[in-house]
Amino acid sequence: MPLDRYIQPMIRELANPTRFMSLSGTLLPWVGGLAAVLMGIGLYMVWFAAPADYQQGETVKIMYLHVPAAWLSLFFYMIMASSALGTLVWRHPLADVSQKAAAPIGAAFTLICLVTGSLWGKPMWGTYWQWDARLTSMLVMLLIYLGILALWRAIEEPNRAARAVSILTLVGAVNVPIVKFSVDWWNTLHQPASVFRIDGPTIHSSMLVPLLIMAVAFSLLGIALHLAGMRTEILRRRVRTLTILEAERLDAQAA
Amino acid sequence: MSHTFFIAFSYIVTALVIAGLILRAAIDHRIQVRTLADLESRGVGRRSRRG
Repeated sequence: MPLDRYIQPMIRELANPTRFMSLSGTLLPWVGGLAAVLMGIGLYMVWFAAPADYQQGETVKIMYLHVPAAWLSLFFYMIMASSALGTLVWRHPLADVSQKAAAPIGAAFTLICLVTGSLWGKPMWGTYWQWDARLTSMLVMLLIYLGILALWRAIEEPNRAARAVSILTLVGAVNVPIVKFSVDWWNTLHQPASVFRIDGPTIHSSMLVPLLIMAVAFSLLGIALHLAGMRTEILRRRVRTLTILEAERLDAQAA
Repeated sequence: MSHTFFIAFSYIVTALVIAGLILRAAIDHRIQVRTLADLESRGVGRRSRRG
């Protein structure tokens, strides 16, 4: 298949950590810079151009943080789930580096989503928290992220940790469609989707455009953090290898 | 409490969490780069010195 002819060598090229380091080193400042510029434009539009909502008033400004954070929470989980497949099925050398770098970023965005949602809920619904399907499944998402981070710390040997974490990640992936479709499957206090719908977004463009700009800015920021995290993780593994080598050398000298 | 409080608090929390992520990434990277440089300066990486 012609697709394989192009994709297979590309994946093999990127599998080389040295090649990844040089490519990501070039990309990182551009992605980070673009994220900062878009974040500036997005925040300007949110604060000075986008109108207040006819029901929510100015509180709608919280949505421009809450919604992108929620998307990134799911996005980073999907990155982790595909990296988990890469670790278990293809044993791609960068897969568990990617998974390990993604986990704290995904957890942080899930936290932002929950906190901002709660701060929106109090003035709008009259409560910080409701045990409805969307809110509860998102809390479960945070707990899965924290469980994954804890499991990594519990297992010393990186390859064994990667396999155990990958299995947990794939089991936890069942929560992703539950979060997404919870508002359709159950009668929730949380409103249903208003951007990614089959019949198109139901938000006016004066709010949709800043929301999408903020979402792209958050995504680029997330990708920049992910690239930076992967680079640091590769260095950490080099440090680990060299530390073991040094210990072996000192042992040999002592013997 | 006014709505302004909830809006301001949301933006402050988000800014703090994101600043934390960036700071953590920068500090962690610096620690690894320094440790690696230290190990390499002692010649640990060179195969000729092994065994």
